Order: sequence, then structure tokens, then C-alpha cells
Amino acid sequence: MIIRGGIVYDPANGIYGDEMDLFIDKGRMVESAKGEEIDARGLLVMPGGVDAHSHIAGKKVNTGRIMRPDDARLGTQPRTAVCRPSTGYTVPNCYAMGYRYARMGYTTAFEAATPILEARHTHEELEEIPIIDKGALTLFGNNWQVMECVRDKDLSKLAAYVAWGLCSARGYGVKIVNPGGGEAWGFGTNVKGINDAVPNFDVTPAEIIRGLAEANEMLRLPHSIHLHFNNLGKPGNYTTAIETLDMLKDIKPSRMRQVVHVAHMQFSAYGGTSWRDFESKAPVIADYFNCHSHATMDMGQLLFGSATTMTADAPLEYGNARLTHNKWSNHDIELEESSGVVPMAYFRKMLVNAVQWAIGLELALLVKDPWKVLMTTDHPNGSPFVNYPEVITLLMSRPKREAEMATLHDQVPKRTTLGSIEREMDWTDIAIMTRAAPARILGLEDKGHLGPGADGDVSVYDLRPEEVDTSQDHVLVKKSLATAKYTIKGGVVVSKEGQILATPPGRTFWVDAAVPQLEADRLMVDLEEKFARYYSVQMANYAVQDAYLPHGKAILAGLPILSEVA
Amino acid sequence: MATMISGRTLAQGAGCESKMSPDFFKAVSVCHLSENDFKSLGLSEGRNVLIKNDYGQVVLTAKMDGGLPDSMVFIPMGPWANAIVGMETGGCGTPHFKGLEVDVAATDSPVLNIRELISGMGACCHV
Amino acid sequence: MSEAIMIRDAVCSFCGCLCDDINVEVEDGKVSRVRHACRLGSSKIMGHGRMQNPMIRKDGVLVAASFPEAYDRAAEILLAASKPLLYGWASTSCEAAKKGILLAEEVGGVLDSTATVCHGPSVIGIEEKGLPGATLGQVKNRADTIVFWGCNPAEAHPRHSLRYSSNSCGKFTPQGREGRKIIVVDVRETRTSKNADKFMRIVPGSDYEVISALRMLIAGKGEILPDEVGGVQKADLADIAATLKSARFGAIFFGLGITHSRGRYKNIDNALSLVAELNSHTKFVIMPMRGHYNVGGIGQVLAWSSGYPMSVDFTRGAPYFNPGETAACDLLAKRDVDAALIIAADAVSNFPHATAEGLASIPVIQIDPYENPTTILSDVVIPCAIAGVEVEGTAYRMDGLALRLRKLVDSSLPSDEEILAGILESVHKLRQRKANEGA
Repeated sequence: MIIRGGIVYDPANGIYGDEMDLFIDKGRMVESAKGEEIDARGLLVMPGGVDAHSHIAGKKVNTGRIMRPDDARLGTQPRTAVCRPSTGYTVPNCYAMGYRYARMGYTTAFEAATPILEARHTHEELEEIPIIDKGALTLFGNNWQVMECVRDKDLSKLAAYVAWGLCSARGYGVKIVNPGGGEAWGFGTNVKGINDAVPNFDVTPAEIIRGLAEANEMLRLPHSIHLHFNNLGKPGNYTTAIETLDMLKDIKPSRMRQVVHVAHMQFSAYGGTSWRDFESKAPVIADYFNCHSHATMDMGQLLFGSATTMTADAPLEYGNARLTHNKWSNHDIELEESSGVVPMAYFRKMLVNAVQWAIGLELALLVKDPWKVLMTTDHPNGSPFVNYPEVITLLMSRPKREAEMATLHDQVPKRTTLGSIEREMDWTDIAIMTRAAPARILGLEDKGHLGPGADGDVSVYDLRPEEVDTSQDHVLVKKSLATAKYTIKGGVVVSKEGQILATPPGRTFWVDAAVPQLEADRLMVDLEEKFARYYSVQMANYAVQDAYLPHGKAILAGLPILSEVA
Repeated sequence: MATMISGRTLAQGAGCESKMSPDFFKAVSVCHLSENDFKSLGLSEGRNVLIKNDYGQVVLTAKMDGGLPDSMVFIPMGPWANAIVGMETGGCGTPHFKGLEVDVAATDSPVLNIRELISGMGACCHV
Repeated sequence: MSEAIMIRDAVCSFCGCLCDDINVEVEDGKVSRVRHACRLGSSKIMGHGRMQNPMIRKDGVLVAASFPEAYDRAAEILLAASKPLLYGWASTSCEAAKKGILLAEEVGGVLDSTATVCHGPSVIGIEEKGLPGATLGQVKNRADTIVFWGCNPAEAHPRHSLRYSSNSCGKFTPQGREGRKIIVVDVRETRTSKNADKFMRIVPGSDYEVISALRMLIAGKGEILPDEVGGVQKADLADIAATLKSARFGAIFFGLGITHSRGRYKNIDNALSLVAELNSHTKFVIMPMRGHYNVGGIGQVLAWSSGYPMSVDFTRGAPYFNPGETAACDLLAKRDVDAALIIAADAVSNFPHATAEGLASIPVIQIDPYENPTTILSDVVIPCAIAGVEVEGTAYRMDGLALRLRKLVDSSLPSDEEILAGILESVHKLRQRKANEGA
């Protein structure tokens, strides 16, 4: 395949809007090839989008569907010759998930949080999502085995467990959500800060986070720990964010990447002492990110309208439900985690929501280096992913931001600095925040760029970057980004002008990390006891079997195996 | 007049994969009554009861169950119990299987076996 | 005589407990011994009489046919119908469910599961209020107070109390049964109530009022209650409320007693509200006691495929959901379907007679290992291999946990998944033929 004459943004390879031809052969980018020609002359061309934090598959998502038939009724589209039916807006069915990402020019999406015990379900759903490549991050932050290893300061056993857990869950990386708090929620309480001891376990969230960060680096995992802070969603929680990040700054990454990736930073950049004096602390947070290089973030942008909050931060969800008198699902997972699902809606005239909206944008605009900030909405917590073009145009256009701010609660300018920010992002920034950076942060070597050897995932938009004023013509920009002219996945045109043409199955990336047999054996003693006494399933039936990853792709990692020197 | 409850029993569950068998027939074509009801209806071991309401009627083997309160009958879930359950689903899709008002009387009529029971259903002409 | 093979940790495919500690001995390709399973699971795994050949009804009589013939006839029936019902699914694997949904989409039918005569009201309640729940291991490890409301696990889920609830031991519950308060709420005494610390007998059909009374008491508004609610004295209700409120970790398991009684889904709505409110005082979870081993699974698969967990109408190409209109019993009661495929369920036994009569006048395809009353009304009968015994596959436990069923022995019969694939292929073939004829 030849993609002719596009204006290409491939920041990972130093290409910032050069007019060039691209070539794909056997599903990969190559120096030269023959074949089908896509006319992209003058049009915006980027690598396929990579969504590093989205809730797309697994028990939480399905619970969201089951409890929200009201949501399923939105976005209903009948079957076609190529497509299965689509339903849902904040909680789309699996087929809609794949088609809608593809229509937008995205070709990879990662499920943000999976408990090991329920990973089989996640993989069943991931397999049903057509087109896109995927992976799933595995939850470790409230896990009994993890907490015991941390308590005993047994780092090598902890690393062995992380490797075992990732293998059992066929997970890609280490996810930590409200560490310690999920376990406390097992008896209905929470932790109040990173130094608050977890009831019954004699460890603190700080210790859990550090332990897992060290284990993560010991195992040389492609991704860093991916962290949802304690105290998320609470006024004044920005101090927890800074405190937590600071605690990790001395840890050495084992790869050319961050040591910690912060999930949906917006929800942890709050000032004030209550909802009444609630205000943005994005400038403080952005400043921290500007002065340090060990952390990255994704925005977690909130947009007005409907959302479904779903997270392993179960106490937060309970709080959401009580606050909004809404239906509430909770699911605690033995020995491992907690989670909750609550429908939500965000309103312009509600001061708190308006400030939250501003915070996400402030963070992205105030952090100088776009390689540190991913554009996300924590789908579907902040907004469904189909609204990414709205976020992008807000980042690119100050006039648009001003027009939006004029419709908000009038107190907003007092609570946030957004109005004073002049910066407007350009296509290089956007290509970094939605393609190059997520791939690098996740450690996906063949994604997010168009150099030879990369996966042949390309998006072509019906937009002339050399002619369009992204500040003024934001309506046109948003429209063009919502529906790619061509989405190419592995060298196949899967979507053209919004029509899905092909639905090849995507691959599921997971990490197979090796550890010394000695450590694995030591770990097994603990695990055998846990399965014999506490789990409600047998160890033999626990791990995800091969049958669930017919399109699995294992990435190797782990401790280097010492071999005999001849 | 009594209230009819239908539900699971171990014997019914154990037989639910052999519904055409004598064991299933014995386990499920029964009606449990309290000790008082059993006596006041003049029932004895091996006798039958006729259960009847607006939706239909069914003859079952009577059994005594000390756990039942008076004026309540329990029939294991299945084809016999469903002879007296109505079609309405209350707008929610699920019929009203428990708590139906029924008339109970001793009878010498025989209990229909499963093929007789099914063939008696409406316009069925297969058996 | 070959040596016996011992298969450990097999998963039982009978009830919603999905026990996965079953040890099975296989000799000469047959199950010879089952250990750890209850009477229900043992019986299934050991096996019993079943159908061996497909049959097609000709001149009123079921005659033997080949599988391809049966698939073709099934396809003909489904394609000729304007609104076929594809019902059952609870006792087969998720892999079969996926093919079934594809088939329902292809032929434009309504797909529904046995949930609509079982925990369908629970689904509706969850749609109103959400489900504050947990995995069974949480109950095992933490629960000091357990309520069984309108269910009788001693008869329907025999190993539940030992593996997951009343009699289980866990990290924070080392004393097992002795460290727990077990409350049973029912309209009559049962084997389950005999092992309760407290048995609350209520008047049939009064679950809603009794739950409301408990909610009032828990909210500190007991003074407005009458002296008796649902046949229970106020003092006894207050006692129960106090027990619930003082739990360290409480769990309510509920069953058909409240889904089938007066109020139906409103009872569940109320119970879910009760548990949500208890969470402002202490930790509480609630869980439906799913009857069949994979009724949970068809709900999950259907939800991620169509957006809805049951009663999905595909006749217009886009999923449409409206229990009360699109549930199997609604459709049959209104005689609104003109063909039916019944798989892994026995509609004729488990529907009200007048409803099941709706099957008598339409063509019916049955896919099942065992002859049952639905066979009597069927026009095409296709026997299948048994998931969990002869076929691998996925099933979802009552708490939503997915497990992989094992294959213990071989079978010459096709799996449900293969049968549905065969019917799909025939559907495509027939469509192609019609298209060619039309050209």
C-alpha cells in the first residue's frame, strides 16, 4: 500500500508536517512498496491513534451495560453486511467499541484496569472488540500477596508475584488504584492518605506503591506502574498527588521511560477544602511535572453531558452514588480489589463540574512537554471516547475555549487560570499526545510512529493542515477528526469516511516476564496456601488459558536469565 | 382455599435431566401440605389432591410436610405446577409462579403422566 | 481395560455455584466416579440416558435424520419465520451463546434466556438500582452475618454453604459457622431454615412490605410502622434490623422466593435499596442465587454483544429490549412468534401451560442432550455433547466469575457451538440459493 502525498506528523521520528509518501507491506511500515494507492495529497496523516487509558472490556464495563439499558438505547445502529449491531453511548457494546475507535482513526486501545481473578472475562470481551489492537493493565494495589511481600520487604518475591500475576491475567502492566483503600473497602472503609496504614495488613499505600514500582523496574516491564492516586476526587487532593510523586522520584527506570504514569490527573488536581471552595490546582501540578522527569500523566478530561463512572476506586463510587442519589453497583474481588459503577452527568452550570472541565485542559496546556501528557477522558468516566475531537479542538483553539467558558457557571474564572492561558496546541503536540507519547509511555515499540518496522496503522484525515487555521476553524477540525477519511490497520483500510469496510481481529498484547525459578518456587508456597484457604476457586482453574487469546502477542520481559559462560 | 408455592427441590433437580423417567414423575408430580391440612382434607399416604384455579387444574400425589404453614401448598417446579400458573407477566416478562390462590380437594382421579400432561396442552396434536 | 485417569479440579456444570474442585475418575472413556460434587452435579457428570440421533418430525412422528438434514430443516424453519424465538442458553457454554446471538441477528429473531422465568426480575431491579455485590470469596472470608431470603440453597445449591457461605472458613472468619449469624426469610420452613440462627416466616407476597419495614427500622424511623408487617411482629423485625446493622460484613443471598412472588422486580429493587442503605452503616453485599450454571454467562455475553442481558429483539436489525414485550413468556402468551429454537432449556416444562401452548402450533427446534417435554412439541430435535463433561467452554458463576469448563470424556455428538455453526452454515447456503434463484 502507498499513502500518497500526505502531510505527515510522526514526532517519534522527527517528522513534523512533512509532505511525504508512506509505504506499507505485509502489515508493516517499509521504505518502499507497491500496491493499493491511497490519495492523501495535502491531507493530515498521523500514525493510528493509541489510547493508553480507557475502560473498554471486563466486568465493570459489562456491569455498566447491564445496569444502563437507558444508555444502550443511545447510539443504536443496525447490522450491516460488514458490521454487527452497535448500541450504547457511554457503555457501547463490543462491536461499537471497535467500529467507533476505528472511525476516529484510532487503532490501539488499552483497558485500564483488570483484576487477575476476573481477567478471563476481560479477554472474552477484548476478543469481541473488532479491528483495534489491545492490552489490559492488571490491578495489584490491593492484593493480599502484594501487601504481604511489601510488609515483609521481600522485593524478589514481590517481583515473582507480579510476573505470575501478569501471566495469569495475560496482562500488560501494573495498575495501582487507590492502593490499600480497595482492601479497606472490603470492610467498608478507606484509607485517608499514603501513610495511612491499611487495616489488617500492616502496610501503607506509600509502601505498596514503592514496592510495586521497584518490582516493576526489577522486571524491566515495558510500561511503568500506572497509578490512580489515593484520595482521588476529593477537594484538596493535589497534595496527595505531589506527595506520592515525590516519593517515587529516586527510583531508577529500567527502560527509557517514566517511573510512574499517573492516570487521569484531572481528578487529582483539586484544591479547596470542600465542594464549596473547590478550585483548580492544575498550575501546581503542572509545575511539578515541568520540574521532574520521572512522571507522565493522562488528562482524564471531563466533558459536559452523560458519562458512566467505573473504577476500582470503590469507595469513590459509593460516594458518587450517595452524592447524586444514583443507582450504584459495587463489586469487591476476593484477595485482590474492589470496584464500583455509577452513572453520572456533568453540567456547565454546576460550578464543580465546570472547574473540573477547566482543570483537565489547564494541565495539558501548562505542562510544557507534550510527551508527558496524554489526551484521554478516562472513558467513560469523564466522557465517552467518541468525544476526543472535542478535547483536541479545545486544546488547539483558544477562541473555542473562550466561547465555552462564556457558557459556564460565572464563578469559574475565580477557580481556574484557564481563561488566561494563551497556548494553542498544534498538530505536532496532538500527534504526540495521542500517538507517539502513549506508545512510548506504554512501551509499545511498533506503535505510535511510522518508521520502518512499525505496525502499518495510519490515519488520514480530510483536513489540510497547511491551509486550516486550527484556532479559528475548530468546528471544521472537530468534524474532520471525528471521522477519519481513511483508517488503516495493519495495512488494511478498515474505515473510509465513516464506513467500516473490514473488521479484522486485533491482537492482544500481554507481558510474559521471567523470574528465577527459586523465586517462583518460594512464591508458590504462599500461593498454594492462599488457594487452599482463602480463594473460592482452585489454583488450577485460576489463570487465563490460551483459548482466550487466539490473537495474543506476548512481549517478553523479566530478570535476565544468567547463563553459563563457555 | 390455599396459597400455592412452586420451587426447587433436590429430587426435582436431580431428575431434571431425566424428565421422562418414573423417578422424575415421583419427585415432581406431588403436592406438599401441612399436617393439619393433610388431615382435614381426609388425605392419607398415596392419595391424590386436585389443585384448581382460574388458570387450570392438576391432580397430584399428596404428601405431608411439617415445615409448611396451614393453607399453603408446595409443588416442585415443573410441568405439573405450571398447569395452574397463568400467562400474565405483570409487564416484566416473568410469570407469577409463587403465591397463587388455589382450591385444594382430595380426589381419586389419577395423576397424569408427563406425556398425558403435555398432550393435554391446548392445540397440541403431536402425541 | 485401561487405567483409570484422574481428573482434578473439574468444574461442575449444574448450578450457579460452579464448584471447581470436582475430581473425576475416567475409565475406558467413561466417567466412573465423581468426588466432591453434590447429588445434582454427580448425577450430571456420571451421566444418564440421553438422545443419540437427530430427529425430524414427518407426518406427526419424529423420525431419525442426519445432522446435516437437521441443520437444513432448522435453517428452513428459521428463515421462513418472520419472528423466531431463540430461547434457553442457561445450560450451555458462552461459546455456544456467541453463535446463538449471531444466528439470532442473521435470521432476525428474538433471543432470550431462562433468566426471564428466574432472575429476570433481578436484572430489572439492577437496572433500577445497581448491584452492590462482591465475589463469593469475599463472603467466605469476611461475612459474619448472612441472610438467605426466598431461597433454599440446601436443595438448590447444596455446596453453597460449605464452599462460600454459612459453613465456610476464611481469613477473617476462621470460626466458620460458629462465628456467623444466619438468618433465613421464607414463607415456610425448609432444610435451609433448619440451620438458621433466626428464621423469619412471612406471609406469602409480603416481601416488599417486610423489606420496606426493615429499611424504615434501619433508617431509625421504626415508630411509624404498624405492630405487624407481613405476618411478622414489629419487635422481631426490629431484632432483625439490629442484627443487620451490627454486622461487620453482611451478605444477602436471594432467590426465586422474591423474583416469583407478588411484586417481582419491585421486590428486588427494594432489596437492592435495603443493601445500599445498609452500606451507610456497615459493609453489606447482595447476590442473586443463579440457578443454572451458565444463566449468568448468557447474560454477560448478550450484554456485551447487544447492550442488554436478556429478551433482545433483533427483528429490525438493531437490538431492542423491553421485558414485558420482548421476553419469551410475553411473546408466547401473545402468540407473537412463529417459530422457536429451544436450546439448553426446557420451555415446555418451565413455562405456564397456556404460555407453552404457544409452542404447540409453531415449528420448534430443540437442541438438548436429554429428551424432555419440549421434545414432545418439537419438529426438529438435535442431540448435543454436554459442556463441562464432553466439551470445553466458558461459564459464569453466580457472582460473575468466569471459569473454563473441562472436557472429561469424548463424545461422538457435536457440541452446541458446532450445531449452531451448522445451522448458520445452512442458513447462509439457503439464502445464497434463494438469491441465485431470484437472479
